[in-house]
Amino acid sequence: MKKVFILDEIDCANCAAKLEAGLKKIEGCQNASVNFLTQKMTIEAEQADMEAVVKEALKLCKKMEPDMDVKEK
Amino acid sequence: MSKKLKKKGRKILLGAGCYVLCILLQHFLPHLNGNLILGAFLAAYFVIGGDVVKKAVHNITNGQVFDENFLMMVATVGAFIVGEYPEAVAVMLFYQVGEWFQDYAVSNSRKSIAALMDIRPDCANVIREGEVMQTDPDEVEIGETIVVRPGEKVPLDGIVTKGNTTLDTMALTGESVPREIMCGDEIMSGCINLSGVIEVEVKKAFGESTVSKILELVENASEKKSESENFITKFARYYTPAVVILAALLAVAGILASGGDWAKWLYRALSFLVISCPCALVISIPLSFFGGIGGASKAGILIKGSNYLEAISRVEVVAMDKTGTLTKGNFTVTEIFPANGMQKEQVLELAAYGEHYSSHPIAGALLQAFGKIPDEGRIKQASELAGFGTKAILDGKDLFVGNEKLMKQEKIDYEACGEAGTIVYVAWGGVFMGAVVIEDELKSDAKDCVSQLHKMGIKDIVMLTGDHENVAKKVASQVKVDRYFAELLPGDKVDLVEKLFAEKSDKGKLAFVGDGINDAPVLARADIGIAMGGLGSDAAIEAADIVIMTDAPSKIAQAIQISKKTLTIVKQNIVFAIGVKGLVLILAAFGIATMWAAVFADVGVAVIAILNAMRAMKVKE
Repeated sequence: MKKVFILDEIDCANCAAKLEAGLKKIEGCQNASVNFLTQKMTIEAEQADMEAVVKEALKLCKKMEPDMDVKEK
Repeated sequence: MSKKLKKKGRKILLGAGCYVLCILLQHFLPHLNGNLILGAFLAAYFVIGGDVVKKAVHNITNGQVFDENFLMMVATVGAFIVGEYPEAVAVMLFYQVGEWFQDYAVSNSRKSIAALMDIRPDCANVIREGEVMQTDPDEVEIGETIVVRPGEKVPLDGIVTKGNTTLDTMALTGESVPREIMCGDEIMSGCINLSGVIEVEVKKAFGESTVSKILELVENASEKKSESENFITKFARYYTPAVVILAALLAVAGILASGGDWAKWLYRALSFLVISCPCALVISIPLSFFGGIGGASKAGILIKGSNYLEAISRVEVVAMDKTGTLTKGNFTVTEIFPANGMQKEQVLELAAYGEHYSSHPIAGALLQAFGKIPDEGRIKQASELAGFGTKAILDGKDLFVGNEKLMKQEKIDYEACGEAGTIVYVAWGGVFMGAVVIEDELKSDAKDCVSQLHKMGIKDIVMLTGDHENVAKKVASQVKVDRYFAELLPGDKVDLVEKLFAEKSDKGKLAFVGDGINDAPVLARADIGIAMGGLGSDAAIEAADIVIMTDAPSKIAQAIQISKKTLTIVKQNIVFAIGVKGLVLILAAFGIATMWAAVFADVGVAVIAILNAMRAMKVKE
């Protein structure tokens, strides 16, 4: 399944690329993408893993981009 | 301008003021205590770049070393250490100004792109319990009736149950001529109602409606990355560490070789750090593609991914379906050849009576040309003979309307007609009455499309059709395609496309253009599948890589133009950004470029590249 988040005020395009690379390394995450232009983060994982993956992803967001607001779409 | 940008702007101005004060202080009171001067500059530095330092510290604690903020901090703190106080503050100021412009440019491009795709309806007027009430389009259910007034966007797909109007479909199709809509017609969400109040029975939920599908498609298009984007992502991954390592090597080697002139070499190395962010490329390349896709959608061309936008510029072979792509797919009677003393009108009348109960497109053409409603009392035992035509009893005599095979089977003494087109033979009471020629009309811009593609240097334009050889030959010579293949069965088309694949060069791409209805396998097999007349056809939107919303084949040439323009911009940005960065790196290594130049190579280049990328969005009407 897929979940989409809106990233408000993500800092720069390179940060988005780094965040994407980081998300992909999360265990259970099948695919992830961060679009700097549409300010969207998409995470794909099995339904069973989703909760854990999202938790890790949000932690990573907070760590890499502390000023950014993350909202689920 | 967003609040955050405004706040940042004010801070930069305040910092700039502090900086000017420091310079004045240093200039007019040269004998002031050195520590006091350092303190003043440090204060200005923190006003301007405090957030950079804060972020840098935060990121180091999280183990991110090659971070832009960290590198800026190292570079400027380094400048303080080597005694260049004014420069340290100025570089930070210049960097922040550049960042501000970069944010401003990005937020503007986001807005322009959002405006480009401003087809999402805000509300729907739904009739519930006899009253009209405003609600979110998401909350309207299938089967409910909505009211659309002039000037409003049609919020959901449905069928008009009351009223006639004209629609502006510009946002969906790029077509400026309004479309007439009558009671009973289907209506597409995203169009703007121009003249009359209409009531619409909702046929699709909002998430399934045309407008949602298009928005989803365009928004997700940037996720299918082009080769250029993948190249940049890879490049960025190696670029920053490489520049940082070079900076370290430069500092060490320089200091050793010069016998301890550490301030000079450290300064040069610090300039390297400033240039080490690949942001200009990482933003501007996807932005160019995004802009190109957005601009194309404005013109009624939906491109499903950056990769397709990139591929279509390298098209070498264009294979086109005939019916529905180059021709309108609606048949009209063009000629009547009466026989055995009949009049033209009589032949047409007989043909129309014979085909009255048929659902074949040819029957429609005959009835339309006849122009009157046949008297059903005169027809008896009408039946269709698949692959032959129709059979009926008219005024007590056998009436056969169909192709040559039918005439032969019924042993009718007929005269073969040599015209190009579909020939319908008519026999009544065992006597040949005449033949009607039916042709498909060429689309008005079919010739234009082919000649534009030729002008763009595409040498192989192939027409594929299931139609007869003589019809294919005529159409092919009219629109001037290079080759044609006729009398193909649907399966033959796939085989033929395979053959075309084998003939083309490795680098060139093959595009197939069809109406998306029965050529889905070919659309999927081609490098780029282009479906025509996508508006309202889910199958076409599903199967193709590029969907042309109108029926105009000349949009294919426009899509290629947009693609070429976008790629030119992408190339310009890559060469410009890498070129300037490379040049400043070399100059900085020899001590010619200052840290100022380095900041320009970082943020200045990014701003220019973004502005250039925005050009991709502008599409000629």
